[in-house]
Amino acid sequence: MKDTVEIRWHGRGGQGAKTAALLLADVAFNTGKYVQGFPEYGPERMGAPITAYNRISPNKIRVHSNIYDPDYVVVVDETLLESVDVTKGLNPDGAIVVNSAKTPDEIRPHLKGYTGKVYTIDAHRISVATLGKYFPNSPMLAAIVAISGVIYRATFLKEMEASYKHKFAKKPEVIEGNMNALKMVLQEL
Amino acid sequence: MAIRERLSGNEAVSYAIKQINPDVMPAFPITPSTEIPQYVSTYIANGECDTEFIPVESEHSSMSATIGASAAGARALTATSSCGMALMWEELYVAASNRLPIVLALVNRALSGPININCDHSDSMGARDSGWIQIYAENNQEAYDNFVQAYRIAEHKNVHLPVMICQDGFITSHAVENIELLEDDVVKNFVGEYEPENFLLNTETPMAVGPYAVSNYYMESKKAQSEAMNNAKQVILDVAKEFAGISGREYGFFEEYRLEDADYAIVMIGSAAGTTKDAIDKMREEGKKVGLLKIRVFRPFPEKEIAEALKNTKAVAILDRADSLNGHGGPLGSEVTAALFNAKCTMDVRNYIYGLGGRDFRVEDAEEVFTELEELVTNGKEVGNYKYIGLRG
Repeated sequence: MKDTVEIRWHGRGGQGAKTAALLLADVAFNTGKYVQGFPEYGPERMGAPITAYNRISPNKIRVHSNIYDPDYVVVVDETLLESVDVTKGLNPDGAIVVNSAKTPDEIRPHLKGYTGKVYTIDAHRISVATLGKYFPNSPMLAAIVAISGVIYRATFLKEMEASYKHKFAKKPEVIEGNMNALKMVLQEL
Repeated sequence: MAIRERLSGNEAVSYAIKQINPDVMPAFPITPSTEIPQYVSTYIANGECDTEFIPVESEHSSMSATIGASAAGARALTATSSCGMALMWEELYVAASNRLPIVLALVNRALSGPININCDHSDSMGARDSGWIQIYAENNQEAYDNFVQAYRIAEHKNVHLPVMICQDGFITSHAVENIELLEDDVVKNFVGEYEPENFLLNTETPMAVGPYAVSNYYMESKKAQSEAMNNAKQVILDVAKEFAGISGREYGFFEEYRLEDADYAIVMIGSAAGTTKDAIDKMREEGKKVGLLKIRVFRPFPEKEIAEALKNTKAVAILDRADSLNGHGGPLGSEVTAALFNAKCTMDVRNYIYGLGGRDFRVEDAEEVFTELEELVTNGKEVGNYKYIGLRG
């Protein structure tokens, strides 16, 4: 059973957590895996907490429930730490990555006693440095790939470049910035 | 060669529509089916199919326009969910009684209220007596496969009935998963060109569609509909057999999962069946003889076949994702129980309600149901009928 890697995303409506989860599913699919990427919708409005999920497996995935005991958690918005129990059910052998300028030691006290690995990535700094604007989802996508190892880093970069070329066919100027954002995260983690 | 892809359920159904390239699609958006007309109109704008897309101002109009197109002799379809289907209620009956081979892509969503955008089956279950064939899917693959088979069933000369292809809102409609697509020409050859026998635009043989039927004729008309629904059973199996030939994927009225030697069975519809399969594998490893009967075809209702498949079990739990609010159970519970009674089966049968308004159904929920059935049979511990699963404490 546990050959399936389960990932839970916490973000706010409009930040692209759902898009990032779907992108991760895309990339993992391209490496030959069985994937699920799906959002959990509450009230649909900008800024409301949203959850998205990934299952990635070498085998066919049949379960269609939400993920309660994830191996990894991604927190796209640091302010959620106060209102959402982001480490609920999180595997202590897994990890959590939080979008924050703080260090993991500064974040850990907000994680309700979680004993597993804690990572932080300053997606704001990286995004502004590489894209000139704040789009946290590309950096956070690279972060979960780096800490989970679900996809080889080189494969991930190759697949993402192809994906961006397709997605931004009419805006090729943003491809390099996005690729640089991914590379910067992979170097830091 | 099958095409390995990853698509959401809505994308999968839209892709099937593109491959079939029907003549007319009137539609009005409603969550969670909105993406289907969105994707199809994009395909049309890109010149990938030449379906005539008609944006309308309501679902009453979308189904009315679909009926008009179908009566005129076009292959027509629409998509909707929940309250959208409720607004086309009258037209559902008009489509079926006029024997129009329309296909409706239904993305199941709770019917108000309280207002809720998430999955349950209260929309299509409410329409179970409208005269439509209803086919349900566990995942994106089945939604796609069912859609590819739909027109072959609807347009068959022994059937001539509209078909509802149902999938679970958000759970499958918005979940991206792996899927195997068929090639365009394989789908086109399988579905074939539509050659209606009688249609309004045929000036050779003028006809009327939907005239008033006095009491002298009305009942014969309903009997003919009933016969057509009965005929659909064989056609559904024949089309599924032919579909297996092009896809390698086999379908029937229902899927039996580890049911053959099962003492305890769950009967259910839709995406939660996949979750139950994981529970079954887990419990089988612990030596529990548990199995699943997943309904694919709810209309026509395969009464005898269901009873035959369940006859050797000791207890059956029927799980409804809609409540009839009649004080004693859900629609699937009532019909499966009746089927077992008519087949003189005497096992214990309990009806559960789950997953309303998107309430999650977990592997543990399925395990608990099986355990309750076992407790009932071995220790006489009564769980009570008509139990709600997963209520907040």
